[in-house]
Amino acid sequence: MTATTITAPVTASGRVPPLAGVRQTFTMAWRSLVAVKHNPLELVDYSITPIMFVFLFTFVLGGQMAGSPEAYLKYALPGIIVQNTLFMTMYTAMALNTDLTKGVFDRLRSLPIARSAPLIGRITADLAKHVWAMLLMIGLGLALGFRITGGFGGFLLGALLLVVFAAAVSWTAVLIGMVAGDAEKVQAFAFTLIFPITFTSSAFVVVDTMPGWLQAWSDVNPVTHLSDAYRGLLLGGAVAEPVLWSLVWAAGIALVFYPLAMRAYRAKV
Amino acid sequence: MTYAIEAEGLVKRFKDTEALAGVDLAARKGTVLGLLGPNGAGKTTAVRIFATLLRPDGGTARVAGHDVVREAGVVRATVGLTGQYAAVDENLTGTENLLLIGRLLGLPRRQAKARAGELLDRFQLTDAAGRAAKTFSGGMRRRLDLAASLVGRPSILFLDEPTTGLDPHSRGELWDLLRGLVADGATALLTTQYLNEADVLADDIVVIDKGRVIAEGAPDQLKAQVGGQVLELRPILGQDLARAHALVAQAAGPEARIEGERITAPVKDPELMPAVVRALDREGIAVGELALRRSSLDEVFLALTGHRAEPGEPERDGGAADRDDEALEKAVSRS
Repeated sequence: MTATTITAPVTASGRVPPLAGVRQTFTMAWRSLVAVKHNPLELVDYSITPIMFVFLFTFVLGGQMAGSPEAYLKYALPGIIVQNTLFMTMYTAMALNTDLTKGVFDRLRSLPIARSAPLIGRITADLAKHVWAMLLMIGLGLALGFRITGGFGGFLLGALLLVVFAAAVSWTAVLIGMVAGDAEKVQAFAFTLIFPITFTSSAFVVVDTMPGWLQAWSDVNPVTHLSDAYRGLLLGGAVAEPVLWSLVWAAGIALVFYPLAMRAYRAKV
Repeated sequence: MTYAIEAEGLVKRFKDTEALAGVDLAARKGTVLGLLGPNGAGKTTAVRIFATLLRPDGGTARVAGHDVVREAGVVRATVGLTGQYAAVDENLTGTENLLLIGRLLGLPRRQAKARAGELLDRFQLTDAAGRAAKTFSGGMRRRLDLAASLVGRPSILFLDEPTTGLDPHSRGELWDLLRGLVADGATALLTTQYLNEADVLADDIVVIDKGRVIAEGAPDQLKAQVGGQVLELRPILGQDLARAHALVAQAAGPEARIEGERITAPVKDPELMPAVVRALDREGIAVGELALRRSSLDEVFLALTGHRAEPGEPERDGGAADRDDEALEKAVSRS
C-alpha cells in the first residue's frame, strides 16, 4: 500500500482510550439504527406487533374483562407495554446472535476498537427502539381513549423505569444471544420464557381470581411489580412499593446476568 | 530477510483435537503465501490466530514483527481480515458497510465517505452503493467484504478461502483484485482448498494436513518434488476404460487412476509411455487422447496427503454452512 495505514488510537496490548471507545460505541449504535431504514420489516416487528396487541386486548378481551373496551384499556395498556418491552429485549439477542454466526463479530474483533463497543452500541440502539415502541403504543392508546392521569412527570418516570428495566434484562438477552445456536432458537426460547412470565403477572388481569399457589408466584413475579409501577406512574396513585421492587428486580437480574453475559461475550468476541 | 507474517511451532487445541500441531510458516514482505490443505487441516485456525481472534496454546505468531498475543493492538491496526463468510451487515448498504469501518477506525465522516467511495469504485460496486447488501450477489458480497477489510489500508491481509462458493467468473475478478493489492505492496496470507488458486496467486505455498506442515515451497518446486509428469489417456470407447486401466496399472503400478473418462498415472520411468502404447496396441484398444503433462498441484496434494483435496463442509466450527454455497462449490470444483 502506498498511503499510510488508517487506524484508531490503540495501545500495543489493544487498549483503546475511553473517549475513542465511546465514539466507537456510538458508531455501532448508528449501525443498528440505520439498518431499520433498509429493513422496514424490522420496523414492522417493532410497531405492528404492539399495535396488534393493543387492538386485540382492547376490543376482543376488553368487554369480557372489564365491562367495556375503554375500561380494560386503562388497566391493560401499561401491561401490554411492559410485555412488549420484554419481548423487544429478545431482538437484541437475535441481532447479536446473527452478528456472531454471520462472521460480523470476527470482522469487528480484527479491528483496533474497544471490545465492548459492538455490545454496548447494540444495547444503546435497542433501548432507543424501546422508547419508540413505547411512544407508539401510548399514542395509539390515547387515540383509543386511554388518558395519562398521572401527569407528564409520571409519564417520564414511567418511561425511565421501563428503560432501566429493559437495560437490565438486556444482559439476559446478551447471554442468550451468545450461547444460542441460531436466531430461530433465540426466538423459540424467548417465547417460551416470556409468555408464561407475563401471563402469570398482573400485567393483563387482577390476580385475585388466580389459584392461591399462582397468586403466590405472581406476587413475586417481576412483571407484576413492573406493571403495577408503570400503571401507577401513568394513572397516578401509590407507586413507591412496586417501583422499589421493580428496581430491586432490575438490579438482581443485572447482577446475575451481567457477569454471565460478559463471560459468554468474551469467550466468543 | 524480513517476514511480514511468521509462525513458529504454532499449537492450538480444541478440547481433544489438536487443530495445529506445531506449524512453522513465513511470508516474505510483498508476497502471497498460499496456505493449502483439506477441510479440517487447520487453515482457518491459523488465520484466526494471526488476526488475534484466537490465542495460540503454544508457539509464537508474529505479524510485521509484532507478537499477536502481547501486541494484539498493533497487529489489529496492521492487518485486514476477510473471513470464510462474507462478514457484511446485510441490512446496511454498500456505502454504509464501509462507512461503519471507516468511522470505527476514527476517520471523520467526510473522509470515511470518500474512502468508501474510492473502494466501491475500485471494486466495481458503485452501482450498488445505495442498495442493502442482502440484495447483492455472492460475488458482490465477497468484493464488499474484501473492500471492508481494506478501509484502513492494511499492509498485511489475511484471506480465508475468499473465493469459496463463487462462480468461476467472480473468482477470476477476485483474483485480479488480489493481484492488484499485492502489486501495490501488500503481503497476503491466502488459505484455499483450490489448488489452482494457490498455483495462480501464491509466490510460496505451505501445505498443511491435520495441523502439520507436510510440504512447502514455490508452486513449481512442489510440482517437481512429486516426480513431475503424468500420463493421461482416454480410450475412444467407454467400455474399454476398465481394460485400459488394468493395462496402465500393470505398467505404472497401483497409482494409476480412473478419472471420469480418463486414466491418469504418475510417470516415474521414461519407459512407461512406450510400454503403455505397446500394450494398448496389442489389446486393440483405440485411444482418443494420450498425453504426458506436468503434474498439477492436485496430484501433488494427492501424493503428499494420500487423499484428494475435496471441498466439503467449511471448517469453521459453529458457522452456518450455506447449502447453496456448497452445491455451487462442488460444481465449480468439477469445472
